[in-house]
Parts: sequence; structure tokens; C-alpha cells
Amino acid sequence: MSMAAEERSVRAPWALTAPALMLFVGVLLIPLVMTVMLSFHDWGQYKGIEPVFILKNWHEIATDPYYAEMFWRTFRIAILTTVLTALLGAPEAYILNRMSGRWKSFFLLVILGPLLISVVARTLGWALLFGGNNGLVNKLLMSLGVMRSPIPFMFTETGMVIALAHVMMPFMVLSVWAALQRLDPQIENAAMSLGAGPVTIIRRIIMPQIMPGVLSGAIIVFSLSASAFATPAIIGGRRLKVAATLAYDEFLNTLNWPLGAAVATLLLVALVLIVVGSNALIERRYAEVFR
Amino acid sequence: MAYLELDRVAKQFGTQTVVDDFSLSVGKGEFISFLGPSGCGKTTTLQMIAGFLDPTRGAIRLEGKDLTAIHPAKRGLGIVFQSYALFPHMTAAENVAFGLEMRNVPRNERAERVRSALAMVGLAGYEDRHPRRMSGGQQQRVALARALVIKPSVLLLDEPLSNLDAKLREEMQIELRQIQRTVGTTTILVTHDQNEAMSLSDRIVVMSQGKIEQIGTPQETYEKPASAFVSQFLGKTNDFAGTIDRTATPAQLVAGSWSAPAPVGLSGPVTVSIRPERIGFGDAGLSAKIITRIFQGNHWLFQCDSECGPAIVIRQNDGKAQPGEGETVRLIWRPEDMSVRARTVA
Repeated sequence: MSMAAEERSVRAPWALTAPALMLFVGVLLIPLVMTVMLSFHDWGQYKGIEPVFILKNWHEIATDPYYAEMFWRTFRIAILTTVLTALLGAPEAYILNRMSGRWKSFFLLVILGPLLISVVARTLGWALLFGGNNGLVNKLLMSLGVMRSPIPFMFTETGMVIALAHVMMPFMVLSVWAALQRLDPQIENAAMSLGAGPVTIIRRIIMPQIMPGVLSGAIIVFSLSASAFATPAIIGGRRLKVAATLAYDEFLNTLNWPLGAAVATLLLVALVLIVVGSNALIERRYAEVFR
Repeated sequence: MAYLELDRVAKQFGTQTVVDDFSLSVGKGEFISFLGPSGCGKTTTLQMIAGFLDPTRGAIRLEGKDLTAIHPAKRGLGIVFQSYALFPHMTAAENVAFGLEMRNVPRNERAERVRSALAMVGLAGYEDRHPRRMSGGQQQRVALARALVIKPSVLLLDEPLSNLDAKLREEMQIELRQIQRTVGTTTILVTHDQNEAMSLSDRIVVMSQGKIEQIGTPQETYEKPASAFVSQFLGKTNDFAGTIDRTATPAQLVAGSWSAPAPVGLSGPVTVSIRPERIGFGDAGLSAKIITRIFQGNHWLFQCDSECGPAIVIRQNDGKAQPGEGETVRLIWRPEDMSVRARTVA
């Protein structure tokens, strides 16, 4: 190969990926770097943003227990949502996979249907059903005399977890479904012929093989839940803030952009660490199943 | 007495009959093959024995006991699946041990039996390998060890060799036969490969469209096919249209310019079937022209155009001169080498 050709073959990949790379740098990397830089700037009620390098925002986040509580709440909600989707979604995917053709495609559509509707509309649906004294379900239960006061759903963590689990369910079901597709269709018969009962088959044969699917679904659900904005904003309101809604408030209500940027940066870093770390753990643990 | 008995077993899916009127007695230690094209009902029959499907009609008995009343997990049959269906998250040893664990075999005995089962299939030292790190042939052996380690009353093999390449398949055939002889387990093999069925089994059940066409030893099914389907499916065959003339004395079977004394029983139009390797070239007989001549090492293959339609002739390469392409020859065969069936004239 001549020198020129060699040079060209080195340059070609860069040239070919340049448009996408520029888009990536332009709309993701630069704003991200700017956000990180913003988190070190100063802000005052009257002076606005001052482009200096100080650790004031970070110091505030680190020392004020308000932020610790808020981050702890964010991750508690995300973890509970993840557990709930895994507990419901994995059996759901398994049952779905065992259904016969026509029913299978029908119920798959039912499960994926929510993805076609905006998160805001879906979450408002919960609010319509459980929102205070006027919520449809609350009204019905109270007029039937089953309950005296509305079900505590709105502005509670429980409500947020349930609504988030509802929104995130398709991701878990799809992820487990994908893992189930990789199963040998005869594997259950094989275990049965060796004397295993239905519970043993699920526990010893099916579960270990779909676990990677459950865990990768969990990573998706966890990171989406921890950074979710619409559902916590509607169900949690101003009272029960999570990291995403807090950052939003700092940016648009208090107009303290640097503090909002610090919250957003911390959320991003925490999420990246958790996701990358657990992914590495899973891949090591399930190396044989992933192969 | 029959060890495993299938009595007029039938299976219907909706209005479609997949297996019909299937009766078979299998002796203890026998190696039986279900042979037929795909969709002939052979796998369905195997699955009914295994218990993954319930027969619509008929009974399946093992040592006189009704097998269909027993849950598949309790039947104690060893099954090797076409895809092997090994547990990918377990090592070879764990795979083999699974059936013993389900039977609550004590740990020490379990380890010993797993070790000897893997050694029997030639996989000593592969205990800690995971299936996905093994070749197709090795996975096949693990599946076989897993099925045999539980000392099954019957071993069911569902096209176990069809995913292997030709050379490995041949090796595994020989090995499978040796293992089956050593262990003495009654075995049923489902296959669409006639060579596999012939080289492995004591008896072959030839099936077509859900029905049994013939049950017999490999030699019987090859030499005396009970139907046109059997003769076509098991190896190559030549079918010539002939007639039996009972007005002549003695009665004559005539096919083109070939004739022989007629066999008893039949008269009128008949089909004469002869295996290509039983046809020779002679001075008088069916007149034919050689279209192509192919040399295949140990034999010659001739494709001829005869008075009674296309004919295939196989001659051993015995070093003698063979007729060339375009030559006109006379085809002859011994009456005992042919089978004659009544032919319906459209």
C-alpha cells in the first residue's frame, strides 16, 4: 500500500463519522461541558450569574441536608420502581411468551400501548383517578362508604413509585421478553423429562437464563426513573421534589442556574457510576449466559 | 411380552390427523427408528411417548402399565433433543447431574455417576465446561450423557444427529450404536435420514402422512418394501410399468421386452420395482439407451432411457469395461430381486 492510500484509509473513518460526531459534540458534549462549568459559577439574587470559579454550589449541596434527603428520595423511588417493575414485569413477560400466537400479539400491543401515549397524559390519568376528593376512584370509594378520606396517592412516594412503575413497565417486559426469546424452546421439556416440577423449572432453569434480561431491564428502568421529570412533577408536585424536578425549579423558578447545574451534574455522575458499575458486575456474573 | 407398546395411538390437532392408528411393540433393549419425511408424524409420536403431547386415541404402555396416566416428569425416560436443549448456565457436569439431583441421589453417588456418564460419551475432563464453549458434537455427547445417567427405561432420540456435519454424524452413529449396545437401553430414534435409520436400528418404522407404511428390519424394508413409498424413500429404486398375462401358459410378467414367469396372485397391470444395483447388462431384456455415465469411484452410475421410462443402474467398479454413453443395452435382473405390486391404471 502506498503512503497516500494508507493515509486515506486512516482518514476515511474520521471523515465518514464526522457529521454524526459533530452533531454529538454540538448538541450533547458542549452543553454538557457548559453545564458542568456553570455549576462552578456564582449567582446572586441581584447580580445574576457571575462567571467565576467557586465551589459555593457544591459546598451547599454537600452540607445542606435538604439535598441529601432529596437525592436519597430520588434513588429510593428509583430503586423501589425498579424492584416493582422487575417483580411484575418478569412474570408478565414469561406468561406473555407462553401465550399462543394471536393472544400473544394482542397482549404485546396492550403492554407496549402506553409507550404510544405521552407520559404526561398517562400520569395525569393517575391524578384523575386518585387526585384528592374529586378523583374518580376516591369519589366512588367514599360514596360507597369504603373509605372516609381519599386514598393517599397524590404527593406521596408510594404514588410516585406506582405511577413510575406503570410508565416503565414496557421497558422491563421488553427486556425480559428479549431474554426469553433466546431460550431453547425445548428447554422446559428437557428439564421436565429429567424429573423437574414446574417450580423447579422456573427457579433452576428459566430464572438464571432470563436474569441478564431482568438486570438490563432494571438498569434501563432505574436510570429512567432516577432522571424522570414528568411523573414526579405531576404526582409529587412542588412538595415532594426529586433531583430532576429540583434542577428544573432552580433553573426556571429561582433562576439560580449554577445551583441547578450542580444538581443536574451530580445526578448525571451518580447515574453513570451506578449504571456502568452494575453493568460490569452483571457481565462478569453472567458471562456464560451472555456468550 | 412387549416392553413398550403403542396401541392404535392417534393424535389430532383440530381437524387435522397427524398420527393415525399407530401400533407398535418394542422389545426390551431394542433399537427402533421412526423414519419418514418431515411432517409424517414421527416427532409427534415421540412426544406422545415422552408425554409432551397427549394422544387423542389409543394407549401407550410400558411394561403393561399405562404410560399416558403418568406425568412426563415421572416417566423416567431419557430424551435427547434435536437442539440438545442443554442448560446453558450450567457446566457439563451440572447438566448431567440435574436429573440425579431431581431424584435425590446422594452427592457422592451423584458425582461418581456423572463422572462415569461423561467418561462413557468420551468427555472425561470436560466436567467444568459450559455448553456454549463446546462444539456441536461435544454438546451432543453431553445431552446423551444427561439422558442416560438417570438410567432411563426408554431412551428417546429426536433427530439428534441432524445438526452435525456429515463426517461427525457418521462417527456419532457408530458411537451411539456402541453405547446403546453396552448400556442395553431400549431406544427410539426419530430421523428422516434413511442411512442413519438403517445403520443404527434393529427395526425401522417407516411412516408417511401419519400412518405406518412398514415395520421391519433394515434389510426387510430395503429388500422387500411394502409400498411404493417405502421403496422410494429407502434408497433409489426403479419402477417399471408391467403387465401380467394370465392367458399365456405359463402366465407371463411382461415389462417392455423383458419377461419372466408371473408370480402367483396378481394379474393385469403391475408395477415392478428393482433396486439400481440389482440390474445388470445382458443380451436379452429391457431395451435401454445410456444417457449419462458417471464414475463414482467404487461404482458406476448409469442413467438410462428405457422402454418403460427412465432407469438408474449402479454397477460395481470391478475393473471390467463398462458400456459408454449413447450405447444401447439390455437391462436384466433376477425375478427374486424385484418386487411386484398391483398398479391402478388411470
